[in-house]
Amino acid sequence: MAEQKASTSIEAVESGLAAQGYIASRQIATAVYLSQQIEKPILVEGPAGVGKTELAKAIAAWRGKKMIRLQCYEGLDEAKALYEWKYAKQLLYTQILKDKLGEVLGGAQTLHAALDQLHDFGDVFFSKEFVEPRPLLQALEQPGGCVLLIDEIDKSDAEFESLLLEILSDFQVTIPELGTVSAITPPTVILTSNSERDLGDALKRRCLHLHIGFPEQRLEERIVESRVPGISQTLRRQMVGFIHEIRSLDLKKLPSVSETIDWARVLVLLQASELDTEIVKDTLNVLLKYEADIEAATPQVTTFIAKAARSNVFG
Amino acid sequence: MRENLHRFFRAARGAGVHVSPAESIDAMRAVAQVGLTDRTILRDALLLTLAKSQDEKLALGDCFDLFFSQPEPPQEQPQASKDDASRDADQPPSSGSASEAGGGQPTEGLGPLAQMLLSQDRNAIQAAIASASGAASLSDIRYSTQRGIFSSRILDAMGLQRLRDDLDELTANNPALAERLRAALDGLREAVRDTVSQGLALYAREEAENLRNEILRNAPLARIERRQVAEMRALIRQIARRLRERYSKPRKRQRRGHLDVRRTLRRNAAWGGVPFLTAWKRKHRDRPKIVALCDVSGSVAQVSDFFLLLIHSLHEVVDDVRSFAFSSHLIGVSEILEKKSPEEAMAEIMSKVGFGSSDYGSSLVDFERDFMSTLTPQTTVIVLGDARSNNLDPRADILRRISERSKRLVWLNPEGRLAWGFGDSEMPRYATFCSVVRQCATAQQLERAVSDIVATYQ
Repeated sequence: MAEQKASTSIEAVESGLAAQGYIASRQIATAVYLSQQIEKPILVEGPAGVGKTELAKAIAAWRGKKMIRLQCYEGLDEAKALYEWKYAKQLLYTQILKDKLGEVLGGAQTLHAALDQLHDFGDVFFSKEFVEPRPLLQALEQPGGCVLLIDEIDKSDAEFESLLLEILSDFQVTIPELGTVSAITPPTVILTSNSERDLGDALKRRCLHLHIGFPEQRLEERIVESRVPGISQTLRRQMVGFIHEIRSLDLKKLPSVSETIDWARVLVLLQASELDTEIVKDTLNVLLKYEADIEAATPQVTTFIAKAARSNVFG
Repeated sequence: MRENLHRFFRAARGAGVHVSPAESIDAMRAVAQVGLTDRTILRDALLLTLAKSQDEKLALGDCFDLFFSQPEPPQEQPQASKDDASRDADQPPSSGSASEAGGGQPTEGLGPLAQMLLSQDRNAIQAAIASASGAASLSDIRYSTQRGIFSSRILDAMGLQRLRDDLDELTANNPALAERLRAALDGLREAVRDTVSQGLALYAREEAENLRNEILRNAPLARIERRQVAEMRALIRQIARRLRERYSKPRKRQRRGHLDVRRTLRRNAAWGGVPFLTAWKRKHRDRPKIVALCDVSGSVAQVSDFFLLLIHSLHEVVDDVRSFAFSSHLIGVSEILEKKSPEEAMAEIMSKVGFGSSDYGSSLVDFERDFMSTLTPQTTVIVLGDARSNNLDPRADILRRISERSKRLVWLNPEGRLAWGFGDSEMPRYATFCSVVRQCATAQQLERAVSDIVATYQ
């Protein structure tokens, strides 16, 4: 019974994401479903441009939730990611309240008594009003829950990872002056990584690990279909077949899904009805981003087009 | 099913996937959510929760397929089970089963195992094997030599003793039936043996690999057998990866040491110099600078392969490595090592300078003439070689100058200490100018040496 529900729910995830224009493989849908059910973040790894960031956007759009994005970079610290005190406001308030100081300390005769009274007021300046919430804290404070995207976590420093651990496992952060802030509704957390460096085990342990690779030919055709509706079926097949051939080459940067979509758009713009050597050679720079790669691929173009056309006939 | 999942976790650990208790709890929760009916979903769910990298996913996927191809009667259709042995067990009796079924109930008075075998209840037999292997704790199996003992333990747990008694009795009373039972018993033995082999493949992999690696790490590099070369390469690569993980962490150390007054004031200018934000002096650390000189002459040909491999991996760990190879003369090989895969690079280097007779003197002259300027007071120089210079002038004076210009000079010698200074070995003469001289004959010593070198920069 429960099992029946699971497979239908996974299909529901698939179709829900599809409605947002994100064609998910079964594995991705299972990951999204599980992360919702057992409340765990998803760590998405894979080459650039396979739709890691897009997945988070699609989930947010599908569930109708706000998406909060934290772009990681070297040197990102808690003041920029978590919270910061509004120093200027604190300073301004102290200036304005200077006059009131006399009233507050009015009754105090000795220095000790004055200090005691000041202590009671001290905490005022370290209260919620003076906290500037940054993405992580914002995500916890959304009453309806949200999708928190921590993008390119591998770009951040190793220390920043440790900062995330508390949020990822318990959906809470501790601000020394205020105490612990727990999430009102646990956000759906997606972390993406291009595997530029190995992430710590502690971080990995707290996440579901999803690897998105280059999609299979059929899946990629569906993706192109949903993203570039104007493209004809023959051309779609041919170009996806061609890209799969290109990926078999040893290149510096293999074309990924985003490049496929761009290329499809370009081909539609140029009103191509099918692939030929001329048009491929002209538009190869959309697919390949390095001069050396283009040089390596150019001699193969004719063979690949022929191969793609042949697989088109049989497939 | 929980029992099965636990066994799967053990098998996963055997396959090299690190499954901590926390992960197994997650996996349990995930499985509770998705259920067991759909095997692809179950596989996805386990891969998502347990595996933490692409390599682990592949390993775990294989492990999953192996594990669930095991006879698991409660969940599986009898046809789906791949256990040929049990099918064999059924074949002989199936010919005579019709007549037997008609001719009364000769099985009465026999033990449960005998009845099970005679009634060809495949599901029941497999369930019995599974539960008996649980009782014999098959998942503790570690070495292939334990196969016999585990087989007999499982058979004992299934009631082999009683079956033997039954057989003796039947041989006297009902020879035909006894013959059938004996054939069935042979089939059973085979099935159990298969189960144990599978168990070995599932649970013992880690142990066996650890043992093999341990032996390999301590084996002298110069005497490695041909068939072990590939494994050795994998091991060296593993060592390199470990070094990289340990030492490629960002070298910044923030918020340590003393307050940087100048930067603090500047940063807080907006608040009239009231220091809300503090800036700390950072500790600067030297970036590792390494110059490696690798002997690739005939006398160290066996070892130089691994030396080059390690230097190749050093290029990945440390930004600033200049490497040189020499036998009778010296060439720079940094570019080759950086651009090509290890195998290609090694082949190219060997074809350029390899296998000659070594001449340390002229190689050092080459180095001093062309590359002395690469040495700075931050540089660590590593020399990999046996210091056997074929009785030519060792030019230790150049080595002295190298040592004076650099931070440290480390000499890694594949020969044992006893051989130093005998024959044409110039080691004692060179050693006076080296900061460290180490014997470096096994993978383990190699790892320690390189780890020490990189660690001084941390």
